[in-house]
Amino acid sequence: MSTTALNEIGQEFVKNKIGLAGIGILVALFVISGIAVLTVPLETLKTWNNPESWLEFPKIALPAWINLFLSEKIPEHQILTSSKDSRYNIDKLAIFSQEYSVVYEFDDFPNDFIYEFTAKYSGAPLLQISVLRPDGTTIDLLSRSLPYSESTIHHERIFSTDDTIKKNIFLQAEKFSFPLSGISAEQIVFSESNSQKVLNGRYAFLIRLVGVNSENEIVDSSLILGGKVFGFVGTDELRRDLSVGLLWGTPLALFIGIAVAIGSVVMGLLYGVYAGFIGKKTDETMMRFNDVIYALPALPFLIILAVTISNSIFVMIGFLMIFGWVGIAKVSRSMAMQIKTRQYVEASKIMGQRSSKIILRHILPQLLPYAFASLAISVPAAITTEAGLSFLGLGDPSFPTWGQILHDASTHGAAARGLWWWVIPPGLMIAVTGLAFVFIGNALDTIVNPRLKR
Amino acid sequence: MFGVLMATLLLTIVLVGSNMDVILKQGVAFQVRNEITQNPAIASSFASVDEFEKFVQEQIDQRSKALGLDAPWHSPHRIGLTIYKILILDFGRGTFLTSDSGSSDVKDILLEKIPKTILLFTTATIIISIIGIFLGSLASSKINSKIDRITSTFAVVSSSFPVWWIGMIMIFVFAFVYHLFPARATPSVLPSDPRYIAALLYHMTLPLITIVLIGFGSWAYLVRNFMIGTLQEDFVIAKKTIGINQKKIVYGHALKNAAPPIVTILALSLSGSLGGAIITEAVFDWPGMGRLYFDAISVMDLPVIIGATYVLTVFFLASIFVADLLYGYFDPRVKTS
Repeated sequence: MSTTALNEIGQEFVKNKIGLAGIGILVALFVISGIAVLTVPLETLKTWNNPESWLEFPKIALPAWINLFLSEKIPEHQILTSSKDSRYNIDKLAIFSQEYSVVYEFDDFPNDFIYEFTAKYSGAPLLQISVLRPDGTTIDLLSRSLPYSESTIHHERIFSTDDTIKKNIFLQAEKFSFPLSGISAEQIVFSESNSQKVLNGRYAFLIRLVGVNSENEIVDSSLILGGKVFGFVGTDELRRDLSVGLLWGTPLALFIGIAVAIGSVVMGLLYGVYAGFIGKKTDETMMRFNDVIYALPALPFLIILAVTISNSIFVMIGFLMIFGWVGIAKVSRSMAMQIKTRQYVEASKIMGQRSSKIILRHILPQLLPYAFASLAISVPAAITTEAGLSFLGLGDPSFPTWGQILHDASTHGAAARGLWWWVIPPGLMIAVTGLAFVFIGNALDTIVNPRLKR
Repeated sequence: MFGVLMATLLLTIVLVGSNMDVILKQGVAFQVRNEITQNPAIASSFASVDEFEKFVQEQIDQRSKALGLDAPWHSPHRIGLTIYKILILDFGRGTFLTSDSGSSDVKDILLEKIPKTILLFTTATIIISIIGIFLGSLASSKINSKIDRITSTFAVVSSSFPVWWIGMIMIFVFAFVYHLFPARATPSVLPSDPRYIAALLYHMTLPLITIVLIGFGSWAYLVRNFMIGTLQEDFVIAKKTIGINQKKIVYGHALKNAAPPIVTILALSLSGSLGGAIITEAVFDWPGMGRLYFDAISVMDLPVIIGATYVLTVFFLASIFVADLLYGYFDPRVKTS
């Protein structure tokens, strides 16, 4: 009996375009969740609120694709990690050299450049940095020895704002036909030689570690060209790559929404059906309790609970369930009371079947269509409520949800400062996720309540 | 009804009670130490530090006992006292927050904030319901027409957007791109200034537009669904066959019959909007109850939290009660059954 009813609903559902659109969005969201889980390791997520781990990233950078729509290309923030490494000897000197090559095709100077390295050496080797420009000139940027040590692993960041770099460039002022004073290092290095304009083309940064010990080497290094656009969705005030937060927000939101929806629908269904089936005094007391919870203002209580008890994501799901099941219990109770009076239920009662069996066999299957519809409708409510709580700053800090990204955006005044790439994508994701479930719920609703169709 | 109110209060007190105790005790300790350091004669009359500390501790204990803080917060006597105080609307004094006029009495703070929330959200709800009822009946009278589809789609789409996010977008568009409205909704003019009301209304525009924009779609959809039910009833079809004008049927007869559920939901949404105000007011920085509540929670100002929860619950219950009464008035069948 119940399987045919479900089959019918399935057939009707396939005909419903809106419902199919909802399913389509949902599948896309699951794919995104899969990508997030596979490509971004959980460790990266854990460091979301740790500013240390985002130092290489630019501050409030626009998304990179913005350049497609602009005639003046904004420099992109580039983190180069792959270099051509080689090791050779000149006389008694052992040289470890690295070459970073980058094609620069933008209409503005980079913000800065940073060379970050970890070197393993003994003695006091000399670190030389020079850059070969597209016009064939070479500029020596730095030449200095690393601190003396018997054997050490040394980590350092060399910034383009370094004074020695500036002095070295000034010593080569004859390569440029315009006065260099007052211009920062990156604006000179990336400039044409006869006027201060951006010189596009291939740049090669050469790094050499010169020493007597042939064991010396640069273990790990990266060259960062500071720009104003980065990645697919840009970065925020705290230099975080927003795409990480957005990607991981998807599985989190789906998890929260679906867990809360299933929990509250199952709870409400069982509670309501049991009250409706048993009736009399039990029904009366159960419904009074239901009324009490119904009359509690949900959001203020959720806030108090989050502040006083815990803001862990799992506890929060529990709290959301507490306020979610009430309405479902009310409806399923009245439906159960109707079904109870049907003859086949009464017949099985007379045959002496246990109440639990009657409820499971005869009443619950009848309520399944309604349960699915309310399941779909509860999900977006749960997602938006969680997002709202996170937006108020009550979210779980170890799991960055979309609401928390928006909370950070709001505390940094992103909307009033025009940082649209920080505000629009998370909200859009919330809306699209909600929309998918609302579509599905609506489609189910029109099937379950044919009166709305006509 | 009263029982629910009590349950709410009890739950709030249970949740915040232990924190409240800690804060109160710290307050007493601080006060005592302050008094003693004000008077160096006391401090110099003790031989050792231990002795002095003991004296201070005794003073603190004595003071706590006088205030009834020695009993744990969950003793029935203290909970009873707190509830009694709240019932006679004595919320005590806020620990950190003050009203604009500088009073830290929770009652003053609440009285100052409530009108502003009511001003914003009641206006919004009224506008929403007027647009919604009109649009909903229009859509229901022409099912599957263009207007019906647009309304339904808009309702579905708008209901899945969080209001506060739309608020941020509105701030971005109207405050950053076009400079039409201020980004913060708290007027910079002082309340005593005669221009205050004008400034308040001007600052209210952006939140008002946002709330209406998000709200009216689902209202129209709700009204439409109720109206479709009514329009299928026999008496409407009978009127149609007599040849009564369609407009008259829809707005005169059918709307009246669909009124009971609509009015009930109106009453509920009026109070519901007050609860939802917390986030919306936080986005726009509107100086109402919602923001007060949020501020109170972020600094853990417990008397204010309890007072605000109480007021919100009272509003909520009152509207449920009013909704019940209205339902009976519009649909006398309910009374007899």
